[in-house]
Amino acid sequence: MDGIHDMGGMHGFGKVEPEPNEPVFHSDWEGRTLAINRAMGYTGVWTIDQTRAGIEQLPPDVYLTSSYYKKWELRLEKLVVALGLAGADELAKGHALRPGKALTRKLVAAEVPNTLTRGSFARPAKAPARFKPGDRVRTKNIHPATHTRLPRYARDKVGIVEALRGCHVFPDVAALGKGEDPQWLYTVLFDGRELWGDSAEPSLKVSIEAFEPYLEPA
Amino acid sequence: MAHDHDHDHDDHGSELSEMQLRVRALETVLTEKGYIDPAAIDVIIEAYETKVGPHIGARVVAKAWSDPAFKRALLEDGSKAVQTLGLLNRVGDHLIAVENTPKLHNMIVCTLCSCYPWEVLGLPPVWYKSAPYRSRAVNDPRGVLGDFGVKLPAGTDIRVWDSTAETRFIVLPMRPAGAEGWSEERLAALVTRDSMIGTGLAKQPSEAA
Repeated sequence: MDGIHDMGGMHGFGKVEPEPNEPVFHSDWEGRTLAINRAMGYTGVWTIDQTRAGIEQLPPDVYLTSSYYKKWELRLEKLVVALGLAGADELAKGHALRPGKALTRKLVAAEVPNTLTRGSFARPAKAPARFKPGDRVRTKNIHPATHTRLPRYARDKVGIVEALRGCHVFPDVAALGKGEDPQWLYTVLFDGRELWGDSAEPSLKVSIEAFEPYLEPA
Repeated sequence: MAHDHDHDHDDHGSELSEMQLRVRALETVLTEKGYIDPAAIDVIIEAYETKVGPHIGARVVAKAWSDPAFKRALLEDGSKAVQTLGLLNRVGDHLIAVENTPKLHNMIVCTLCSCYPWEVLGLPPVWYKSAPYRSRAVNDPRGVLGDFGVKLPAGTDIRVWDSTAETRFIVLPMRPAGAEGWSEERLAALVTRDSMIGTGLAKQPSEAA
């Protein structure tokens, strides 16, 4: 979706402000939010792309004015209610009022070390890759109202395929809970000038990781 | 990391914040429903506070600075090479190391969310997830570097990697001069988190503690 999350190239957000000696979490609830998210993801009730889409669908004013982990918390509440895992009345009450659904698995403490590794998103390919390194490609001018990983600043732009990264779960479909629809993934490199015109820094290059459905020959 | 789910006020007598209350309600409901185990929640938090962090990436960089064969392997297949170091239980797939040189400076961003190589750098800092960084890294990287107090030589080109998929990037910063003959452990102390994101450079030997 053409949402507020798609920030590449926007003006007006000001300087980057690194925090010296930043703690891992700024409050206890941040750590618990991250961990609850991880534990719920482990049960298999949603995909990582569904969770990203959940954040993107927060109202723009909420997105911009909420801290990172607050967005995660709001997204968690939204997803558990949307998927029927808990009721809004239960969250308001702070206690379960009805029994839970039977889920496939539950994360126990002893299993946590094994979950610190990211899962693999590589999948067997259904067809040969359409492009190879060195090919000129144009990104499509798409504007789906649902989740996509093709940022606005890199749509309808000509770039060069730099690398083939394998065949991966396709986020645009996985975010809809409609299976994985694996697609070839490429690193596509753009000249800064192609993206930003005359205002580009001289010699700037920017790459995105682009799924094959985003690309056409140029 | 004990966490008392039943007490309603903190030890200082002040009120709980809105977020503390919301998270407590959420965790309680999900626990009572049987979906999550608070003991597992504690262990996850402890892992990110004490075990997983940029010290892991620093060891990877120090090894690459010291061992040309490892460096080649790292640039060829980051996941496979890092796995051989035994620093992690298991390294996830699709870790890609990109090398800084006098001619080329790499910078990593996720303009769409917060994708970051957690296994080797830990959780991302707030600035990495912030609107200023995500918006400007792709069109004003030199200005962003200025915000970090970094000025590259005019002859150094910038390459920005937008992490828009499940590939994850770590920058292999340039090894500073003056640390010849240093052990990997001493070299690792020169490798900052920001130097592995591309918003900083490795420390000079004179800056090492």
